[in-house]
Amino acid sequence: MSRDQTFHPFARALHWLMSIMVLSMLFIGAGMVSTVAEKHDWLLAIHRPLGIVIFVLALIRLAFRLTHPAPPLPADLPLWQKLAAHGSHVLLYALMIAMPLIGWGMLSAGNYPVTMFGSVHLPKILPTDPALFAWLRESHRYLAWLFFLTFLAHMGAALMHGLIRRDGVLQSMTGGKAPR
Amino acid sequence: MQDTENRRPPAHVGWRWALIGLAVAGSAVAFGYVGGWLAPERLSPKKIVDSLEANGGAHPGYRRNHAKGICVGGYFEGNGALQSFSSSAVFAKERTPVVGRLAIPGGNPYAADSSVPIRSFALRFDLADGEQWRTGMNAMPVFPVSTPQAFYDLQVATHPDPKTGKPDPAKAGAFFGSHPETGAFLGWAKTAKPPASYATETYQSINAFYLRDSAGERRAVRWKMVPETPETGDGSPAAGDTDYLASDLSKRLAAGPLRWHLIMTFAGDGDPIDDAAKAWPDDRKSVDAGTLVIDSWQDQATGPCRDVNYDPTILPKGIETSNDPLLAARSAAYADSYLRRTSEEGHLPGAARPKEAK
Repeated sequence: MSRDQTFHPFARALHWLMSIMVLSMLFIGAGMVSTVAEKHDWLLAIHRPLGIVIFVLALIRLAFRLTHPAPPLPADLPLWQKLAAHGSHVLLYALMIAMPLIGWGMLSAGNYPVTMFGSVHLPKILPTDPALFAWLRESHRYLAWLFFLTFLAHMGAALMHGLIRRDGVLQSMTGGKAPR
Repeated sequence: MQDTENRRPPAHVGWRWALIGLAVAGSAVAFGYVGGWLAPERLSPKKIVDSLEANGGAHPGYRRNHAKGICVGGYFEGNGALQSFSSSAVFAKERTPVVGRLAIPGGNPYAADSSVPIRSFALRFDLADGEQWRTGMNAMPVFPVSTPQAFYDLQVATHPDPKTGKPDPAKAGAFFGSHPETGAFLGWAKTAKPPASYATETYQSINAFYLRDSAGERRAVRWKMVPETPETGDGSPAAGDTDYLASDLSKRLAAGPLRWHLIMTFAGDGDPIDDAAKAWPDDRKSVDAGTLVIDSWQDQATGPCRDVNYDPTILPKGIETSNDPLLAARSAAYADSYLRRTSEEGHLPGAARPKEAK
Protein backbone atom coordinates (compact mmCIF):
# COMPACT_ATOMS: atom_id res chain seq x y z
CA MET A 1 0.00 0.00 0.00
CA SER A 2 1.23 3.41 -0.78
CA ARG A 3 1.37 6.06 1.93
CA ASP A 4 -1.70 7.99 0.82
CA GLN A 5 -3.82 4.87 1.15
CA THR A 6 -3.59 4.88 4.92
CA PHE A 7 -4.70 7.63 7.24
CA HIS A 8 -2.03 9.91 8.65
CA PRO A 9 -0.57 8.42 11.86
CA PHE A 10 -1.93 11.38 13.84
CA ALA A 11 -5.42 10.74 12.46
CA ARG A 12 -5.12 7.05 13.31
CA ALA A 13 -3.94 7.81 16.84
CA LEU A 14 -6.84 10.20 17.37
CA HIS A 15 -9.30 7.70 15.91
CA TRP A 16 -8.36 4.87 18.23
CA LEU A 17 -8.00 7.07 21.30
CA MET A 18 -11.36 8.67 20.68
CA SER A 19 -13.05 5.39 19.83
CA ILE A 20 -12.24 4.20 23.35
CA MET A 21 -13.37 7.48 24.88
CA VAL A 22 -16.61 7.73 22.92
CA LEU A 23 -17.57 4.11 23.54
CA SER A 24 -16.80 4.52 27.24
CA MET A 25 -18.88 7.67 27.23
CA LEU A 26 -21.88 5.94 25.66
CA PHE A 27 -21.73 3.09 28.16
CA ILE A 28 -21.15 5.44 31.10
CA GLY A 29 -24.09 7.57 30.05
CA ALA A 30 -26.45 4.65 29.56
CA GLY A 31 -25.32 3.05 32.81
CA MET A 32 -25.47 6.09 35.04
CA VAL A 33 -29.10 6.88 34.28
CA SER A 34 -30.16 3.25 34.66
CA THR A 35 -29.27 2.87 38.31
CA VAL A 36 -29.73 4.41 41.74
CA ALA A 37 -26.61 2.66 43.05
CA GLU A 38 -23.51 4.57 44.16
CA LYS A 39 -21.97 4.20 40.73
CA HIS A 40 -24.52 6.74 39.51
CA ASP A 41 -22.49 9.42 41.27
CA TRP A 42 -19.00 8.54 40.12
CA LEU A 43 -20.08 7.72 36.58
CA LEU A 44 -21.66 11.16 36.40
CA ALA A 45 -18.44 12.69 37.74
CA ILE A 46 -16.50 11.04 34.89
CA HIS A 47 -19.13 11.77 32.25
CA ARG A 48 -18.87 15.57 32.38
CA PRO A 49 -15.10 16.11 32.06
CA LEU A 50 -14.69 13.19 29.63
CA GLY A 51 -17.33 14.77 27.40
CA ILE A 52 -15.43 18.03 27.35
CA VAL A 53 -12.17 16.24 26.48
CA ILE A 54 -13.95 14.49 23.60
CA PHE A 55 -15.33 17.84 22.45
CA VAL A 56 -11.87 19.43 22.31
CA LEU A 57 -10.32 16.39 20.60
CA ALA A 58 -13.20 16.28 18.10
CA LEU A 59 -12.54 19.88 17.08
CA ILE A 60 -8.83 19.15 16.61
CA ARG A 61 -9.73 16.04 14.66
CA LEU A 62 -12.18 17.88 12.44
CA ALA A 63 -9.59 20.55 11.64
CA PHE A 64 -7.02 17.86 10.83
CA ARG A 65 -9.46 15.89 8.71
CA LEU A 66 -10.40 18.97 6.68
CA THR A 67 -6.74 19.65 5.92
CA HIS A 68 -5.70 16.01 5.42
CA PRO A 69 -8.12 14.17 3.11
CA ALA A 70 -8.96 10.54 3.82
CA PRO A 71 -7.68 7.80 1.50
CA PRO A 72 -10.13 7.17 -1.34
CA LEU A 73 -12.65 4.35 -1.02
CA PRO A 74 -12.17 1.41 -3.41
CA ALA A 75 -13.40 2.27 -6.91
CA ASP A 76 -15.56 -0.85 -7.08
CA LEU A 77 -17.44 -0.13 -3.87
CA PRO A 78 -21.19 0.07 -4.66
CA LEU A 79 -22.53 3.60 -4.70
CA TRP A 80 -24.91 3.04 -1.77
CA GLN A 81 -22.04 1.85 0.37
CA LYS A 82 -19.97 4.89 -0.58
CA LEU A 83 -22.86 7.16 0.33
CA ALA A 84 -23.40 5.27 3.57
CA ALA A 85 -19.71 5.56 4.40
CA HIS A 86 -19.58 9.31 3.80
CA GLY A 87 -22.91 9.94 5.50
CA SER A 88 -22.03 7.94 8.60
CA HIS A 89 -18.70 9.73 8.94
CA VAL A 90 -20.36 13.12 8.73
CA LEU A 91 -22.83 11.91 11.35
CA LEU A 92 -20.09 10.64 13.66
CA TYR A 93 -18.22 13.95 13.48
CA ALA A 94 -21.44 15.90 14.05
CA LEU A 95 -22.32 13.77 17.09
CA MET A 96 -18.82 13.96 18.59
CA ILE A 97 -19.13 17.74 18.55
CA ALA A 98 -22.85 18.12 19.26
CA MET A 99 -23.23 15.68 22.15
CA PRO A 100 -20.82 17.45 24.52
CA LEU A 101 -22.32 20.81 23.55
CA ILE A 102 -25.85 19.54 24.22
CA GLY A 103 -24.75 18.11 27.56
CA TRP A 104 -23.07 21.37 28.52
CA GLY A 105 -26.03 23.41 27.31
CA MET A 106 -28.51 21.17 29.09
CA LEU A 107 -26.74 21.57 32.44
CA SER A 108 -26.60 25.33 31.80
CA ALA A 109 -30.34 25.50 31.07
CA GLY A 110 -31.06 23.45 34.19
CA ASN A 111 -28.87 25.88 36.17
CA TYR A 112 -26.62 23.06 37.33
CA PRO A 113 -22.97 23.82 37.98
CA VAL A 114 -20.99 22.32 35.07
CA THR A 115 -18.43 20.74 37.37
CA MET A 116 -15.21 19.36 35.91
CA PHE A 117 -13.33 18.47 39.10
CA GLY A 118 -13.07 20.03 42.54
CA SER A 119 -14.26 23.61 42.33
CA VAL A 120 -13.36 23.86 38.62
CA HIS A 121 -16.46 24.34 36.55
CA LEU A 122 -17.33 25.69 33.12
CA PRO A 123 -19.40 28.82 32.55
CA LYS A 124 -23.05 28.63 31.53
CA ILE A 125 -23.56 28.65 27.76
CA LEU A 126 -27.37 28.98 27.88
CA PRO A 127 -29.82 30.88 30.07
CA THR A 128 -31.74 29.04 32.79
CA ASP A 129 -34.86 27.65 31.12
CA PRO A 130 -36.61 24.46 32.27
CA ALA A 131 -38.31 23.77 28.93
CA LEU A 132 -35.02 24.16 27.10
CA PHE A 133 -33.43 21.86 29.65
CA ALA A 134 -36.03 19.18 28.97
CA TRP A 135 -35.61 19.45 25.18
CA LEU A 136 -31.84 19.21 25.41
CA ARG A 137 -31.95 16.39 27.94
CA GLU A 138 -34.21 14.29 25.71
CA SER A 139 -32.11 15.17 22.64
CA HIS A 140 -29.04 13.98 24.55
CA ARG A 141 -30.76 10.64 25.16
CA TYR A 142 -32.01 10.01 21.62
CA LEU A 143 -28.85 11.24 19.93
CA ALA A 144 -26.87 8.90 22.18
CA TRP A 145 -28.90 6.01 20.80
CA LEU A 146 -28.29 7.26 17.27
CA PHE A 147 -24.59 7.57 18.13
CA PHE A 148 -24.46 3.98 19.34
CA LEU A 149 -26.33 2.66 16.29
CA THR A 150 -23.99 4.59 14.00
CA PHE A 151 -21.06 3.10 15.87
CA LEU A 152 -22.47 -0.42 15.34
CA ALA A 153 -22.86 0.24 11.60
CA HIS A 154 -19.36 1.74 11.46
CA MET A 155 -17.80 -1.24 13.22
CA GLY A 156 -19.79 -3.73 11.18
CA ALA A 157 -18.78 -2.02 7.93
CA ALA A 158 -15.13 -1.84 8.96
CA LEU A 159 -15.12 -5.56 9.72
CA MET A 160 -16.90 -6.27 6.46
CA HIS A 161 -14.13 -4.41 4.61
CA GLY A 162 -11.44 -6.24 6.59
CA LEU A 163 -12.90 -9.75 6.59
CA ILE A 164 -15.11 -10.07 3.52
CA ARG A 165 -14.06 -7.54 0.89
CA ARG A 166 -10.45 -7.41 2.13
CA ASP A 167 -9.99 -4.22 0.17
CA GLY A 168 -7.60 -2.36 2.47
CA VAL A 169 -10.19 0.01 3.92
CA LEU A 170 -9.82 -1.41 7.43
CA GLN A 171 -6.03 -1.36 7.07
CA SER A 172 -6.15 2.31 6.14
CA MET A 173 -7.06 2.91 9.79
CA THR A 174 -5.19 0.05 11.51
CA GLY A 175 -2.05 0.80 9.53
CA GLY A 176 -1.59 -2.92 8.84
CA LYS A 177 -1.02 -4.55 5.49
CA ALA A 178 -4.02 -5.48 3.41
CA PRO A 179 -4.35 -9.24 2.93
CA ARG A 180 -3.83 -10.56 -0.53
CA MET B 1 -6.14 -0.63 -2.19
CA GLN B 2 -5.98 -3.86 -4.04
CA ASP B 3 -7.14 -4.30 -7.58
CA THR B 4 -10.48 -5.94 -7.89
CA GLU B 5 -9.16 -8.54 -10.31
CA ASN B 6 -6.46 -9.75 -7.93
CA ARG B 7 -8.84 -10.26 -5.03
CA ARG B 8 -9.94 -13.79 -4.42
CA PRO B 9 -13.11 -14.45 -2.44
CA PRO B 10 -12.01 -15.24 1.13
CA ALA B 11 -12.26 -18.69 2.60
CA HIS B 12 -15.01 -19.47 5.14
CA VAL B 13 -17.20 -16.53 4.15
CA GLY B 14 -20.00 -17.81 6.37
CA TRP B 15 -17.80 -17.83 9.44
CA ARG B 16 -16.52 -14.38 8.62
CA TRP B 17 -20.03 -12.99 8.43
CA ALA B 18 -20.88 -14.77 11.67
CA LEU B 19 -17.92 -13.11 13.36
CA ILE B 20 -19.08 -9.69 12.20
CA GLY B 21 -22.62 -10.41 13.36
CA LEU B 22 -21.31 -11.56 16.72
CA ALA B 23 -19.28 -8.39 17.19
CA VAL B 24 -22.26 -6.17 16.37
CA ALA B 25 -24.81 -8.17 18.33
CA GLY B 26 -22.44 -8.59 21.28
CA SER B 27 -21.89 -4.83 21.48
CA ALA B 28 -25.62 -4.22 21.29
CA VAL B 29 -26.34 -6.71 24.06
CA ALA B 30 -23.63 -5.22 26.27
CA PHE B 31 -25.12 -1.76 25.75
CA GLY B 32 -28.60 -3.07 26.45
CA TYR B 33 -27.43 -4.62 29.70
CA VAL B 34 -25.54 -1.56 30.89
CA GLY B 35 -28.45 0.68 29.97
CA GLY B 36 -30.81 -1.52 31.95
CA TRP B 37 -33.13 -2.54 29.09
CA LEU B 38 -31.86 -6.11 29.42
CA ALA B 39 -31.67 -5.92 33.21
CA PRO B 40 -35.29 -5.31 34.26
CA GLU B 41 -34.60 -6.35 37.87
CA ARG B 42 -32.23 -3.41 38.41
CA LEU B 43 -33.59 -0.68 40.68
CA SER B 44 -33.77 2.27 38.31
CA PRO B 45 -34.58 5.92 39.03
CA LYS B 46 -37.69 5.40 36.91
CA LYS B 47 -38.97 2.62 39.17
CA ILE B 48 -38.56 4.77 42.26
CA VAL B 49 -40.27 7.80 40.74
CA ASP B 50 -43.03 5.60 39.29
CA SER B 51 -43.66 4.24 42.78
CA LEU B 52 -43.90 7.78 44.17
CA GLU B 53 -46.27 8.75 41.37
CA ALA B 54 -48.38 5.68 42.01
CA ASN B 55 -48.79 6.73 45.66
CA GLY B 56 -49.19 10.48 45.18
CA GLY B 57 -51.29 10.48 42.02
CA ALA B 58 -50.60 12.13 38.67
CA HIS B 59 -49.92 15.84 39.07
CA PRO B 60 -48.11 17.00 35.91
CA GLY B 61 -45.67 19.85 36.42
CA TYR B 62 -45.16 19.13 40.11
CA ARG B 63 -42.37 17.41 41.95
CA ARG B 64 -43.03 13.70 42.40
CA ASN B 65 -42.30 13.96 46.10
CA HIS B 66 -42.60 16.92 48.46
CA ALA B 67 -45.01 18.23 45.84
CA LYS B 68 -46.64 20.81 48.12
CA GLY B 69 -44.39 23.64 49.16
CA ILE B 70 -43.48 27.29 49.02
CA CYS B 71 -40.44 29.19 47.74
CA VAL B 72 -38.36 31.26 50.13
CA GLY B 73 -35.37 33.52 49.63
CA GLY B 74 -32.63 35.06 51.72
CA TYR B 75 -29.00 34.47 52.52
CA PHE B 76 -26.63 32.45 54.63
CA GLU B 77 -24.01 34.32 56.62
CA GLY B 78 -21.07 32.18 57.70
CA ASN B 79 -19.24 33.01 60.92
CA GLY B 80 -15.88 31.47 60.02
CA ALA B 81 -16.09 28.77 62.70
CA LEU B 82 -16.00 25.93 60.17
CA GLN B 83 -13.17 27.29 58.07
CA SER B 84 -10.59 25.07 59.73
CA PHE B 85 -12.74 22.03 58.86
CA SER B 86 -13.86 22.85 55.33
CA SER B 87 -12.20 24.74 52.52
CA SER B 88 -15.56 25.93 51.18
CA ALA B 89 -16.03 29.68 50.90
CA VAL B 90 -19.62 29.27 52.08
CA PHE B 91 -18.32 29.00 55.66
CA ALA B 92 -16.29 32.22 55.50
CA LYS B 93 -17.59 35.39 57.14
CA GLU B 94 -19.60 36.43 54.14
CA ARG B 95 -23.13 36.32 52.80
CA THR B 96 -24.19 33.67 50.27
CA PRO B 97 -27.61 34.09 48.65
CA VAL B 98 -29.99 31.14 48.93
CA VAL B 99 -33.02 29.95 47.00
CA GLY B 100 -35.05 27.77 49.33
CA ARG B 101 -38.18 25.70 49.46
CA LEU B 102 -40.26 24.64 52.46
CA ALA B 103 -42.50 21.67 51.81
CA ILE B 104 -44.29 18.61 53.10
CA PRO B 105 -43.52 15.06 51.96
CA GLY B 106 -45.76 13.20 49.54
CA GLY B 107 -46.60 13.41 45.88
CA ASN B 108 -49.92 15.23 46.22
CA PRO B 109 -49.64 19.03 45.89
CA TYR B 110 -53.13 19.41 47.43
CA ALA B 111 -52.50 17.31 50.52
CA ALA B 112 -53.60 18.81 53.82
CA ASP B 113 -50.72 20.26 55.82
CA SER B 114 -51.82 18.06 58.71
CA SER B 115 -51.58 14.87 56.61
CA VAL B 116 -47.97 14.26 57.64
CA PRO B 117 -45.93 15.19 60.71
CA ILE B 118 -42.84 15.98 58.63
CA ARG B 119 -41.75 19.31 57.12
CA SER B 120 -38.82 19.70 54.75
CA PHE B 121 -36.44 22.49 53.85
CA ALA B 122 -34.41 22.52 50.64
CA LEU B 123 -31.73 25.11 49.96
CA ARG B 124 -29.49 26.11 47.11
CA PHE B 125 -26.53 28.24 48.17
CA ASP B 126 -25.15 30.22 45.22
CA LEU B 127 -21.48 30.77 45.94
CA ALA B 128 -19.70 33.77 44.50
CA ASP B 129 -17.42 31.66 42.27
CA GLY B 130 -20.37 29.89 40.58
CA GLU B 131 -20.24 26.78 42.73
CA GLN B 132 -23.47 25.60 44.35
CA TRP B 133 -24.42 23.76 47.48
CA ARG B 134 -27.79 22.06 47.34
CA THR B 135 -29.34 20.32 50.28
CA GLY B 136 -32.71 18.78 51.03
CA MET B 137 -33.38 18.53 54.76
CA ASN B 138 -36.21 17.00 56.73
CA ALA B 139 -37.58 17.82 60.17
CA MET B 140 -37.19 14.33 61.59
CA PRO B 141 -34.34 12.65 63.44
CA VAL B 142 -33.62 9.77 61.06
CA PHE B 143 -34.70 8.37 57.71
CA PRO B 144 -37.13 5.40 57.86
CA VAL B 145 -34.87 3.07 55.87
CA SER B 146 -31.18 2.57 55.06
CA THR B 147 -31.15 1.62 51.40
CA PRO B 148 -32.75 2.65 48.11
CA GLN B 149 -34.25 -0.83 47.71
CA ALA B 150 -35.93 -0.58 51.11
CA PHE B 151 -37.22 2.90 50.21
CA TYR B 152 -38.73 1.48 47.03
CA ASP B 153 -40.22 -1.47 48.89
CA LEU B 154 -41.67 0.97 51.42
CA GLN B 155 -43.43 2.90 48.64
CA VAL B 156 -44.84 -0.32 47.22
CA ALA B 157 -45.93 -1.57 50.67
CA THR B 158 -47.70 1.71 51.49
CA HIS B 159 -49.43 2.09 48.13
CA PRO B 160 -52.99 3.28 48.83
CA ASP B 161 -55.62 0.60 48.39
CA PRO B 162 -57.95 1.82 45.60
CA LYS B 163 -60.98 0.88 47.74
CA THR B 164 -60.09 2.64 50.97
CA GLY B 165 -57.60 5.23 49.69
CA LYS B 166 -55.32 4.15 52.51
CA PRO B 167 -52.37 1.75 52.64
CA ASP B 168 -53.21 -1.84 53.41
CA PRO B 169 -52.19 -2.25 57.09
CA ALA B 170 -51.23 -5.87 56.52
CA LYS B 171 -48.78 -5.02 53.73
CA ALA B 172 -47.33 -2.03 55.57
CA GLY B 173 -47.04 -4.08 58.75
CA ALA B 174 -45.24 -6.85 56.90
CA PHE B 175 -42.78 -4.32 55.49
CA PHE B 176 -41.97 -2.76 58.86
CA GLY B 177 -41.77 -6.19 60.45
CA SER B 178 -39.15 -7.29 57.96
CA HIS B 179 -37.20 -4.00 58.22
CA PRO B 180 -36.08 -3.56 61.84
CA GLU B 181 -34.01 -0.53 60.76
CA THR B 182 -37.31 1.40 60.64
CA GLY B 183 -37.58 1.17 64.44
CA ALA B 184 -35.91 4.51 65.19
CA PHE B 185 -38.11 6.37 62.74
CA LEU B 186 -41.31 4.64 63.85
CA GLY B 187 -40.49 5.39 67.49
CA TRP B 188 -40.30 9.09 66.62
CA ALA B 189 -43.31 9.05 64.29
CA LYS B 190 -45.55 7.48 66.95
CA THR B 191 -45.62 10.68 68.97
CA ALA B 192 -44.88 13.24 66.24
CA LYS B 193 -47.61 15.82 65.60
CA PRO B 194 -47.92 17.87 62.41
CA PRO B 195 -46.20 21.14 63.34
CA ALA B 196 -48.23 24.34 62.89
CA SER B 197 -45.32 26.31 61.42
CA TYR B 198 -42.33 25.83 59.14
CA ALA B 199 -40.51 28.48 61.16
CA THR B 200 -40.14 26.56 64.41
CA GLU B 201 -38.76 23.31 62.99
CA THR B 202 -35.25 21.87 63.06
CA TYR B 203 -34.30 20.51 59.65
CA GLN B 204 -31.74 17.69 59.43
CA SER B 205 -29.45 16.66 56.60
CA ILE B 206 -30.35 13.07 57.56
CA ASN B 207 -27.54 11.69 55.36
CA ALA B 208 -23.91 12.02 56.42
CA PHE B 209 -21.36 13.96 54.37
CA TYR B 210 -17.68 14.75 54.64
CA LEU B 211 -16.10 18.12 55.21
CA ARG B 212 -12.63 18.41 53.71
CA ASP B 213 -10.23 20.99 55.05
CA SER B 214 -7.60 22.82 53.03
CA ALA B 215 -4.94 20.33 54.20
CA GLY B 216 -6.96 17.54 52.58
CA GLU B 217 -8.23 15.90 55.75
CA ARG B 218 -11.88 14.89 55.81
CA ARG B 219 -14.33 14.47 58.66
CA ALA B 220 -17.80 12.92 58.62
CA VAL B 221 -20.63 15.24 59.54
CA ARG B 222 -24.37 15.68 59.59
CA TRP B 223 -25.93 19.13 59.70
CA LYS B 224 -29.12 20.71 60.81
CA MET B 225 -30.84 24.07 60.62
CA VAL B 226 -31.97 25.02 64.13
CA PRO B 227 -34.60 27.77 64.33
CA GLU B 228 -34.26 30.94 66.37
CA THR B 229 -38.04 31.19 66.34
CA PRO B 230 -39.48 29.70 69.54
CA GLU B 231 -42.56 27.53 69.47
CA THR B 232 -45.46 29.59 70.74
CA GLY B 233 -48.11 27.72 72.66
CA ASP B 234 -49.91 24.92 70.90
CA GLY B 235 -50.38 27.03 67.75
CA SER B 236 -53.09 24.75 66.51
CA PRO B 237 -54.49 25.93 63.20
CA ALA B 238 -58.20 26.49 62.78
CA ALA B 239 -60.18 23.32 62.17
CA GLY B 240 -60.57 22.59 58.48
CA ASP B 241 -57.64 24.79 57.43
CA THR B 242 -55.53 22.60 55.18
CA ASP B 243 -53.06 25.25 54.02
CA TYR B 244 -52.03 26.82 57.30
CA LEU B 245 -48.28 26.43 56.76
CA ALA B 246 -48.13 28.91 53.88
CA SER B 247 -50.33 31.50 55.59
CA ASP B 248 -48.36 31.15 58.82
CA LEU B 249 -45.10 31.66 56.93
CA SER B 250 -46.29 34.73 55.02
CA LYS B 251 -47.61 36.26 58.25
CA ARG B 252 -44.30 35.72 60.01
CA LEU B 253 -42.22 37.04 57.12
CA ALA B 254 -44.40 40.16 56.91
CA ALA B 255 -43.31 40.84 60.50
CA GLY B 256 -39.60 40.27 59.79
CA PRO B 257 -36.99 37.76 58.67
CA LEU B 258 -36.77 34.23 60.08
CA ARG B 259 -33.45 32.83 61.22
CA TRP B 260 -31.92 29.40 61.57
CA HIS B 261 -28.44 28.38 62.71
CA LEU B 262 -26.48 25.88 60.65
CA ILE B 263 -25.21 23.39 63.21
CA MET B 264 -22.56 20.99 61.94
CA THR B 265 -22.26 17.79 63.99
CA PHE B 266 -19.10 15.67 63.75
CA ALA B 267 -19.28 11.87 63.83
CA GLY B 268 -17.69 10.09 66.75
CA ASP B 269 -15.73 6.85 66.46
CA GLY B 270 -18.01 4.09 65.24
CA ASP B 271 -20.94 6.34 64.35
CA PRO B 272 -22.62 5.07 61.18
CA ILE B 273 -21.61 7.20 58.20
CA ASP B 274 -23.55 5.17 55.68
CA ASP B 275 -26.85 4.59 57.44
CA ALA B 276 -29.39 7.42 57.58
CA ALA B 277 -31.81 5.28 59.62
CA LYS B 278 -29.50 5.43 62.66
CA ALA B 279 -29.15 8.50 64.84
CA TRP B 280 -25.84 9.64 66.30
CA PRO B 281 -25.56 10.15 70.06
CA ASP B 282 -26.55 13.62 71.26
CA ASP B 283 -23.16 14.42 72.80
CA ARG B 284 -21.26 14.67 69.52
CA LYS B 285 -19.19 17.76 68.88
CA SER B 286 -21.24 20.45 67.16
CA VAL B 287 -20.20 23.74 65.60
CA ASP B 288 -22.49 26.67 64.84
CA ALA B 289 -21.36 27.58 61.33
CA GLY B 290 -23.49 30.64 60.69
CA THR B 291 -26.96 32.02 60.30
CA LEU B 292 -29.56 31.42 57.62
CA VAL B 293 -31.78 34.44 57.14
CA ILE B 294 -35.04 33.98 55.22
CA ASP B 295 -36.72 37.25 54.34
CA SER B 296 -39.04 36.58 51.40
CA TRP B 297 -41.47 34.00 50.06
CA GLN B 298 -43.14 33.28 46.74
CA ASP B 299 -45.77 30.90 45.48
CA GLN B 300 -44.09 27.71 44.24
CA ALA B 301 -45.85 27.89 40.86
CA THR B 302 -44.11 31.16 39.99
CA GLY B 303 -41.21 31.35 42.42
CA PRO B 304 -37.54 30.67 41.69
CA CYS B 305 -37.51 27.37 43.59
CA ARG B 306 -39.92 25.75 41.13
CA ASP B 307 -37.26 24.72 38.64
CA VAL B 308 -34.54 23.81 41.09
CA ASN B 309 -33.62 20.17 41.51
CA TYR B 310 -32.46 20.06 45.13
CA ASP B 311 -30.04 17.21 44.46
CA PRO B 312 -28.07 16.74 47.69
CA THR B 313 -24.98 15.54 45.84
CA ILE B 314 -24.39 18.96 44.24
CA LEU B 315 -21.75 20.25 46.60
CA PRO B 316 -19.02 22.86 46.57
CA LYS B 317 -15.39 21.95 47.06
CA GLY B 318 -14.87 21.33 50.78
CA ILE B 319 -18.10 19.32 51.22
CA GLU B 320 -18.31 15.77 49.83
CA THR B 321 -20.77 12.90 49.70
CA SER B 322 -20.39 9.95 52.06
CA ASN B 323 -20.93 6.28 51.25
CA ASP B 324 -24.55 6.54 52.33
CA PRO B 325 -26.30 4.63 49.50
CA LEU B 326 -29.34 6.88 49.75
CA LEU B 327 -27.38 9.88 48.43
CA ALA B 328 -26.75 8.50 44.95
CA ALA B 329 -30.32 7.25 44.82
CA ARG B 330 -31.67 10.67 45.75
CA SER B 331 -29.52 12.23 43.03
CA ALA B 332 -30.66 9.72 40.39
CA ALA B 333 -34.34 9.81 41.34
CA TYR B 334 -34.48 13.61 41.68
CA ALA B 335 -33.00 13.92 38.18
CA ASP B 336 -35.74 11.66 36.83
CA SER B 337 -38.45 13.65 38.61
CA TYR B 338 -36.90 16.90 37.39
CA LEU B 339 -36.91 15.72 33.79
CA ARG B 340 -40.54 14.64 34.07
CA ARG B 341 -41.76 17.96 35.39
CA THR B 342 -39.63 20.13 33.11
CA SER B 343 -40.83 18.03 30.15
CA GLU B 344 -44.38 18.76 31.27
CA GLU B 345 -43.65 22.46 31.68
CA GLY B 346 -41.97 22.52 28.27
CA HIS B 347 -44.85 20.64 26.61
CA LEU B 348 -42.54 18.01 25.16
CA PRO B 349 -44.22 15.43 22.92
CA GLY B 350 -45.70 12.69 25.05
CA ALA B 351 -45.45 14.64 28.30
CA ALA B 352 -48.64 15.28 30.24
CA ARG B 353 -49.80 18.90 30.31
CA PRO B 354 -49.76 20.66 33.65
CA LYS B 355 -53.41 21.18 34.48
CA GLU B 356 -53.00 24.14 36.75
CA ALA B 357 -52.42 27.63 35.49
CA LYS B 358 -48.90 28.71 36.24
